[in-house]
Amino acid sequence: MNDRNVVIAGAAGEGIQTIGDVVATSFLAHGYPVFLTQEFESRIRGGNSSTTLRIGSAPHNAPRRDADVLLALNRVSQQHYAPQLREGGILISPEVFAFRDLAKEHGGSERYANAVAAGALCAATGMPVAVLERRLRETFAGHGEEVAAANARAAQAGYDQALGRLGERAERPLPPRTHRYAFASAHDAIALGAAAAECRFMAAYPMSPSTHLITTFARHPELGVFAEQAEDEIAAIHMGLGASAAGARAMTATSGGGFALMVEAVSLAGMIETPIVIVLAQRPGPATGLPTRTAQEDLLFAIRAGHGEAPRAVLAPSDPQDALRAAIRAFDLADRYQIPVIVLTDQYLADSRFALPPVELPDAIPGPQLADPASIERYARYRLTDDGVSPRLALGQSEHLVCLDSDEHTEQGHITEDLDTVRPAMVEKRLEKGRRLKGEIAPPSRNAVDDADLVLVGWGSTKGAIDEAVSILRDSGRRVGALHFTELWPLPAMEFSETARYWTAEGNATGQLAQLLRMEYGVETEGRIGRYDGRPLDAATILEALS
Amino acid sequence: MTTPERDLAVENQWCPGCPNYGILAALKRALERLDLPPHRVCLVSGIGQAAKLPHYVDAHVFNGLHGRAIPAAIGIQVANPEMTTIVTSGDGDLYGEGGNHLLHAFRRNPNLTVIVHNNRIYALTKGQASPTTPLGERTRLQFDGVDVDPAQMLATAIVHNCTFVARGFAGDLDGLAAILERAIAHRGLSLVDVIQPCITWGSHPVDWYRERVFAVPEDHDPTQRDAAIRLALDAPDRFAIGVLYETEPRPTFATAYRKRVGSGPLAWMPRIGRAAIETHLAAWVVDPEGKEPTKEKG
Repeated sequence: MNDRNVVIAGAAGEGIQTIGDVVATSFLAHGYPVFLTQEFESRIRGGNSSTTLRIGSAPHNAPRRDADVLLALNRVSQQHYAPQLREGGILISPEVFAFRDLAKEHGGSERYANAVAAGALCAATGMPVAVLERRLRETFAGHGEEVAAANARAAQAGYDQALGRLGERAERPLPPRTHRYAFASAHDAIALGAAAAECRFMAAYPMSPSTHLITTFARHPELGVFAEQAEDEIAAIHMGLGASAAGARAMTATSGGGFALMVEAVSLAGMIETPIVIVLAQRPGPATGLPTRTAQEDLLFAIRAGHGEAPRAVLAPSDPQDALRAAIRAFDLADRYQIPVIVLTDQYLADSRFALPPVELPDAIPGPQLADPASIERYARYRLTDDGVSPRLALGQSEHLVCLDSDEHTEQGHITEDLDTVRPAMVEKRLEKGRRLKGEIAPPSRNAVDDADLVLVGWGSTKGAIDEAVSILRDSGRRVGALHFTELWPLPAMEFSETARYWTAEGNATGQLAQLLRMEYGVETEGRIGRYDGRPLDAATILEALS
Repeated sequence: MTTPERDLAVENQWCPGCPNYGILAALKRALERLDLPPHRVCLVSGIGQAAKLPHYVDAHVFNGLHGRAIPAAIGIQVANPEMTTIVTSGDGDLYGEGGNHLLHAFRRNPNLTVIVHNNRIYALTKGQASPTTPLGERTRLQFDGVDVDPAQMLATAIVHNCTFVARGFAGDLDGLAAILERAIAHRGLSLVDVIQPCITWGSHPVDWYRERVFAVPEDHDPTQRDAAIRLALDAPDRFAIGVLYETEPRPTFATAYRKRVGSGPLAWMPRIGRAAIETHLAAWVVDPEGKEPTKEKG
């Protein structure tokens, strides 16, 4: 089947997520990959929200702007989303289909209007309605046989009517396939990666779009992570640092505003050399900004956050598979270098579900790196070493007393004002860790770069969109390639071609990656493509900028 | 017990004669009486002169940021409930910068002891009002006198059913050591506000306080909340010393979690294992219904 973009639009609370879920899982159960994105307003009821399903024979894990099919559950949504519908696209809405009448007639209640709509959507997309009916029966199994059966009848009625109305324009029923896809979000993956890395403690303050992470641990105690809702983000990160100092791998998650509150503690983590993993799920700022939308505006903030000078690592996974790896790596880097590690995601990455080949855990997952107390005669928490990393014992681990201090400190951890020897030695010790860390940061991934005269440079969640743009431009004969960073700080040593032209593509207005490339590599980018309207960067934005 | 790491003498940075020395001596005595070896004790502090106390005791130390000792201590206590964790910091730190954390600690009831060195002034920053400076008192910043009411944190603690609330006096070593011993032994959150007159920036000498402190009356029933609040509100110029409020123990923070996983440090819990994660990863996969071999290449 061709690439199909299906937009399901309605008011918050009207059921678009449920319709999106049952239709998406219908396609997956039929052997076809689905990429699901969501947009919603910062409100509980009303407004304009949408769930978009991008369906095809092969996965298209990137956002597309125009719709082939628009299902609008009400007139306001129809007006709002109609401009997205491409010419000749299919509109399903109360204006053309009597959802409620059909629901009453075949299900016995207007409650089943969404099942009617989902049935109509199947007719428009080639999904055999029997597959949908089985998903509806599964979804509503807990509500009794009559509800499940009424849903199924309503879906069949919507399907039949849509087939009749659409006639030639209805999609031919797709043959079943046996392809298997994993269907998950990057935050699902970060939670599992953290648990696999033996994270034991998470404290967080609820903030969109990060809240799903702590919710996952609260809902699934078998993942072994103690989850506490803190009174604020400052408490959240300090609880995490306390737990970490006592030997438990710990994390927190927030968005830009909450991270701003945590910044003093990022500096503290650097000074007391205590590992912590911070997921910074970006949304557009400044201040409250657009709470439910997406952006990549906090790259330079994440890299620079915190007073004073101490190393940290900043990772930015590009999809759920990569996020699983990034979470495991974040805990490992935090532990081995005794530093804060920030994992940059965003609303798009958090709330979208990707179709992927079944995801597996890496063979080796490095666990906690505490020192063996028996091997130490006299313990000093900040012992000066060649690589700057001191053997780390946890508070309470053994009879060796551990002293952590936010003041500049001696090797034993006590307050010092020895400016001639101790202070310079401690500064060098901390910075040496950063130099070693830089040596193991992954270079950007390369897509068709070798013969490219134009190279798009991106980071994090925009990989799907950039790769799609490269593919379209290559098809039209242009020699375009892409470099994509998923590990952003410290930046690895690398060479840039003298002849290729570089354009950054990212979800902000000021070209933060371009600024970083200039600062770290002295590379001048020719152009900066930015999307900053609160929606995810898509291939169309890149193509427009390059046309 | 000797710990070789601490044989190194750490220079004390307090002013000579500071009542903080009394709190230090009382805390050491309480720890000895409770027979707590140094490696089973963790002292947590923020920033200020009081917050330097952990450096002068044989124990584990987390000397973190201003105002943030309590959340750090909660993290430590959850991760390792086998350690006795004690917060010791000043009134500016715990009542001012970190006041919100203290308020929520009352609700959580973690098994912590919080010792507030209450000198009613910001001393390390040279004499500005603290949350407990009395109304009208002139300071090095409030030149016309403090014009906002002092915080009533002990009464606030009792209102929130903090399970152990006491006031001590740094000039009474025996009495303070006895209070701290009870506070540390208490299961749940113990708040001990210690009158610690500042001999450099304070308005009154130690003796002024000595004349105004009185023991909690023998007939005071510490389970009676109304009476406890009345005693707590007695300041600013008469101070009831002793245990003001002590309730029946209520569940401490993370009790339900600990019932499930046992009491050991989180760091040494058995690994949850790959299988638990793989079950979740497998649940991401939507199995296709179709059994026919695929015709279309994806």
